[in-house]
Amino acid sequence: MAKHRKSFDSGVRRSPADHVIDVIIYIVLGLIALCTVLPFMYVLAGSFATEKELTEKAFFIIPEVWSLNAYQYAIRTANILRGLKNSIILTVLGTVMCMLFSMTFAYPLSKKHLRGRNWIMNLVIVTMLFSGGMIPSYLVFTAYGLYDTYWALILPALISPFNMIIIKNFFAEIPQELEDAAYMDGASDLTIFAKVVVPLSKPVIASISLFYGVGFWNDYFSAMIYLKTPAKYTVQIQLRSIILLTSQISEVAMDYYDMNGAPPDKAVKMACTVIATVPILIVYPFVQKYFTKGVMVGAVKG
Amino acid sequence: MMSMNKKKKKQQLKTIVLPDGTVMKANHTSTPRYMIQHKWLYIMLLPGLLYFVLFRYVPMGGLVIAFKNYSPFKGVWGSPWVGLEQFRKFFSTADFGRLLRNTLGISLMQLVLYFPAPIILSLFLNEVRHNGYKRVVQTLIYIPHFVSWVIVASLTYQLFNVSDGIVNIIIKSVSGSTIDILSKGKYFWGLIVGQDIWRETGYGTIVFLAALAGVDQTLYEAARVDGAGRWRLMWHITLPAIRSTIIMMLILRVGSLLSTGYEQIFLMRNDLNMEFAEVFDTYIYTRGIVNGQYSFSSAAGMFKSVVGLILVLGSNKLAKMFGESGIY
Repeated sequence: MAKHRKSFDSGVRRSPADHVIDVIIYIVLGLIALCTVLPFMYVLAGSFATEKELTEKAFFIIPEVWSLNAYQYAIRTANILRGLKNSIILTVLGTVMCMLFSMTFAYPLSKKHLRGRNWIMNLVIVTMLFSGGMIPSYLVFTAYGLYDTYWALILPALISPFNMIIIKNFFAEIPQELEDAAYMDGASDLTIFAKVVVPLSKPVIASISLFYGVGFWNDYFSAMIYLKTPAKYTVQIQLRSIILLTSQISEVAMDYYDMNGAPPDKAVKMACTVIATVPILIVYPFVQKYFTKGVMVGAVKG
Repeated sequence: MMSMNKKKKKQQLKTIVLPDGTVMKANHTSTPRYMIQHKWLYIMLLPGLLYFVLFRYVPMGGLVIAFKNYSPFKGVWGSPWVGLEQFRKFFSTADFGRLLRNTLGISLMQLVLYFPAPIILSLFLNEVRHNGYKRVVQTLIYIPHFVSWVIVASLTYQLFNVSDGIVNIIIKSVSGSTIDILSKGKYFWGLIVGQDIWRETGYGTIVFLAALAGVDQTLYEAARVDGAGRWRLMWHITLPAIRSTIIMMLILRVGSLLSTGYEQIFLMRNDLNMEFAEVFDTYIYTRGIVNGQYSFSSAAGMFKSVVGLILVLGSNKLAKMFGESGIY
């Protein structure tokens, strides 16, 4: 660190006031980071605590008595694992399909020589500026027979123009010589795409997959509009009803109260929140290094 | 002389010298021949084009029902035309003024409080020269962006509710009484903008930091050697570097003034705060999907889309008039 600083300052002395400002900035940033993380830590700790501790203590980061009651309850009574399974299926299937459609569409558009390129790009950009809106889309997708299926959540989201343009810009940055060499060897555009371009595109694939995946995992509104069979509910829909329908959960919780000595209402809400959050937090660190570097360069240029 | 140079240049463009020394004449192929030569490129475009037609343009065409009195039994084409009747009905409902007030209220509050937040935060982050510390802070503040609105809403409920929320426990110990933030209409706008700030400020810094990464570091050094202090560096180097990014983000934000989003507001509104929580988006949902007034709510949606389009194009034009590059 000292080394870095030296080269940066290049011999210019910093005044004491500058150091004070530095310290203030570091503290403020630390506090901001703390504010973003504290709610998660509170809920995580609460989900492992006993209901007794939750009602007695206002705030804690480490529970005094550890308990898995809330998770047992969430899994047995609230059936949260079913929603979790549904969400995983939806997210994996949706992300794979989105990437297939977006990448195959983006590749031809990354070629400056493609005839008709401007025409197609305009077609895409119009949809970024104007859309049919919620009701016509709902009626059209229902008429397609998508109602109460996961396709109603996946198909309308197949290509996000914004994500597609990021991918397109990334493809355009790949040195043309690599593709030309393969082209001279008689490879078709499709072979070049699959054998040369895709293997070189790991950063953009990783980050755009994360964007699509997070979109599917977090989607609540479309799932609420289109899914009617409770067996198909995603984890977000389940979480919503658990958080809101306090009366219902308390009624069921009363049975549990008799067995365990305390109604796990508050802890169960926290446990369900944790269950719905954790998958995102598991994937995040692996992909984070890619999206800060690769994607935003493309986005800013686009 | 000039024209000869140009001609020569044009000819040069047409010939490609391959690495092994052979010279290829890339003469201008006719379009059908080009399309056969690159047939795979066009085949690859097909699924995407089909997607845009079926899932983007057909719903756009579905907007015709805003000019009809649509009934599911008669179908889109069988339903009678009513001209602008649905729009007239929408503008003359008692709800319209309330919807406009709430939507603009939340949007303007976002513009004033939430829009500058990532800019300020990236200026702060730009001052940090300890790379490890910077990276840790960045990693943490990006996280909320990846969490669903349902989770943000449930965290809010758990932290703010009157009976046992930590925030109200603190408020009570300070002031002696609790504040029902979740169901009092007058707190709703602040609650929504607060959630936005908590969730998006960190992630919002990425575009600005990306713009700052392109700044030549010797500029700072040179200015510092010339005796410029921290504020002058920020004013004369850092801010100009992110100016076009700020304007671009501003255009996008102005374009979505009427789109406050469905999910977030839908998740936070309830019967008690409805007076201040109902915005165009939630209203369209209730009237259309819950009540089945398809034509009426399509008209409301179309009004919103058209105003949004005008706002984007208008602010983009304005930006260009002031010599900025705009978004396209």
